[in-house]
Amino acid sequence: MENKKPASATTTSRRGFLRGGLVAGSAMLAGSAVAKTKSEKAITEVPEWSQLLGDGVDASPYGKPSKFEKSVVRKNVEWLTATTESSVNFTPLHKLEGIITPNGLCFERHHSGVAEVDPAQYRLMINGLVDKPMVFTMEDLKRFPRENHVFFLECAANSGMEWRGAQLNGCQFTHGMVHNVMYTGVRLKDILAEAGVKTNAKWLMVEGADASGMNRSVPLQKGLDDCLIAFAMNGEALRPEQGYPARLVVPGWEGNMWVKWLRRIEVGDMPWHAREETSKYTDLMENGKARRFTWEMDCKSVITNPSPQAPIVHGKGFTVISGVAWSGRGTVSRVDVTIDGGKNWHTARIDGPSLNKSLHRFYYEFEWDGRPLLMQSRAIDSTGYVQPTKDALRKVRGINSIYHNNGIQTWHVKAGGEVENVEIS
Amino acid sequence: MLKSVNLMAVVMASIVLISPAVSVINTKAAGPQKKFGLGRMATAAEVKAWDIDVRPDGRGLPEGQGKASDGEKIYTSKCAACHGDFGEGVDRWPVLVGGKGTLKSDDPVKTIGSYWPYLSTVFDYVKRAMPFGDAQSLSNNEVYALTAYLLFMNEIVDDENFVLSKNNFSKIRMPNEKNFTKDPRPDTPLMSSKKPCMKACKTAVKITKRARVIDVTPTIDTKKN
Repeated sequence: MENKKPASATTTSRRGFLRGGLVAGSAMLAGSAVAKTKSEKAITEVPEWSQLLGDGVDASPYGKPSKFEKSVVRKNVEWLTATTESSVNFTPLHKLEGIITPNGLCFERHHSGVAEVDPAQYRLMINGLVDKPMVFTMEDLKRFPRENHVFFLECAANSGMEWRGAQLNGCQFTHGMVHNVMYTGVRLKDILAEAGVKTNAKWLMVEGADASGMNRSVPLQKGLDDCLIAFAMNGEALRPEQGYPARLVVPGWEGNMWVKWLRRIEVGDMPWHAREETSKYTDLMENGKARRFTWEMDCKSVITNPSPQAPIVHGKGFTVISGVAWSGRGTVSRVDVTIDGGKNWHTARIDGPSLNKSLHRFYYEFEWDGRPLLMQSRAIDSTGYVQPTKDALRKVRGINSIYHNNGIQTWHVKAGGEVENVEIS
Repeated sequence: MLKSVNLMAVVMASIVLISPAVSVINTKAAGPQKKFGLGRMATAAEVKAWDIDVRPDGRGLPEGQGKASDGEKIYTSKCAACHGDFGEGVDRWPVLVGGKGTLKSDDPVKTIGSYWPYLSTVFDYVKRAMPFGDAQSLSNNEVYALTAYLLFMNEIVDDENFVLSKNNFSKIRMPNEKNFTKDPRPDTPLMSSKKPCMKACKTAVKITKRARVIDVTPTIDTKKN
């Protein structure tokens, strides 16, 4: 319940508010409240858009963001990978509000580029330990009962470049391998039931139709619990780069398992140990042993504003800290924020829907005195999991594990408002 | 003694709580599963066309065989441009060979020989995804030959005339098979065992690491961004 309280004392009583208005009103009548600054041309001159006609309807049949928002795009870190076809780009978290990621800004991760699957040629096959192997068309899939759910999808390697220390300057790059959309799809368990799963079945192998034939093993129980085959995101068809016409949705689990361009599900009794769950997506510990099948995404948060790509430009005074938090095990029940490097923490205000395995938006508002700050956020989920420090993770896992870095992020805000990615004692 | 017993109980309880219940399949909780009569049965030819996966116990392996030295010729013409003549990896393309004894070091090199737990993964992956940009173009015999050559390059077999086939495939054991463990998370304290500190949590704070020093961020113009 703590998160329901406002983070700063800005509440004003109705009577006080009215009284304030009356005072201001009478001051205006007396004509004494006149600004001493120079008048702005933005007000005193008529701009083009207030005088001339703008574009008519249909100038852009599929609408685009304002031309002033051109910099709000996904970005790639070129040195990370050998080629863009097997690579990743990053969601511009520092430019987003609320909890929903616009479809065109959802980060991309491909292994052999974007498959351009013709929906008329799309087929989903279920085979293996089933009573009868089945084939479904897109039309078939859409005839099953549909569900709508908002889920985050996070790459297990999100923040993976930060295991050895602060490296990338911007939450787009440190935390941008996450997005959060509303999926429309059908229950995987309904599809499996059409084929009839045999009693000795324990695992599913899910496989994509792209040129990497991406395949992963998923425990059957997870498939029956809450997995969806989605064909829409945020109300429209999946984008090609997100698996059009159909992808698997594996709520709360690492993004690599959410196979795009889903073409086949084989039912089996043992895991497959595919390349993406042996060579990759296994977590190497300091002792040389590696954790495998590390599916769940731990509770995590990051302050998106201010951040290195979004410095404070207004100087001292009332300042809004905004960020996102999520957990693969449930909802986020609390987010704490510090501005003094962890000496003191303040419970932030979670605003907007608090949905299972979805991004949550949090705010903390304060009066900035213009002195340097060390900002962090710490999320706690509905299972009581507390987001750890990066050093706490390193203590348990070392620095070679690449995946599942959900450690607390520190931003150093300098006196001028510039922000740097740092780590602190 | 009592303390350690209690600790053990807590550990056991948390294992039960956090382990994904993969061995207990609960399909009947919500009553009998409804069928909708949608879709159609797949033909045997359709299943054969798509069912290309191979598992550690050898299930899924096609008929065929290939010799390591024949694999070398295919490797040179179709793989070496990215993976290097010796499997060392060109630029940032994956390294396939070497890395033995590096997994505990600061610079672990995870290759087929040093890291991959099962040989089936090599066959399955090469068959479905390689060569990069020309997937599923290799014949089954070519995939056997390439897999045999990768074993030879990684010194898991020592004879370039080694022939890999469906029959001897699952007898090959990879050196790192035993070094994979279960997921023990959560591996940091929960609220129930350690409440996070809120006030006067530390006296001094110092910056210990900075991104600016490393300077690897793609160009950011904060005015534009």
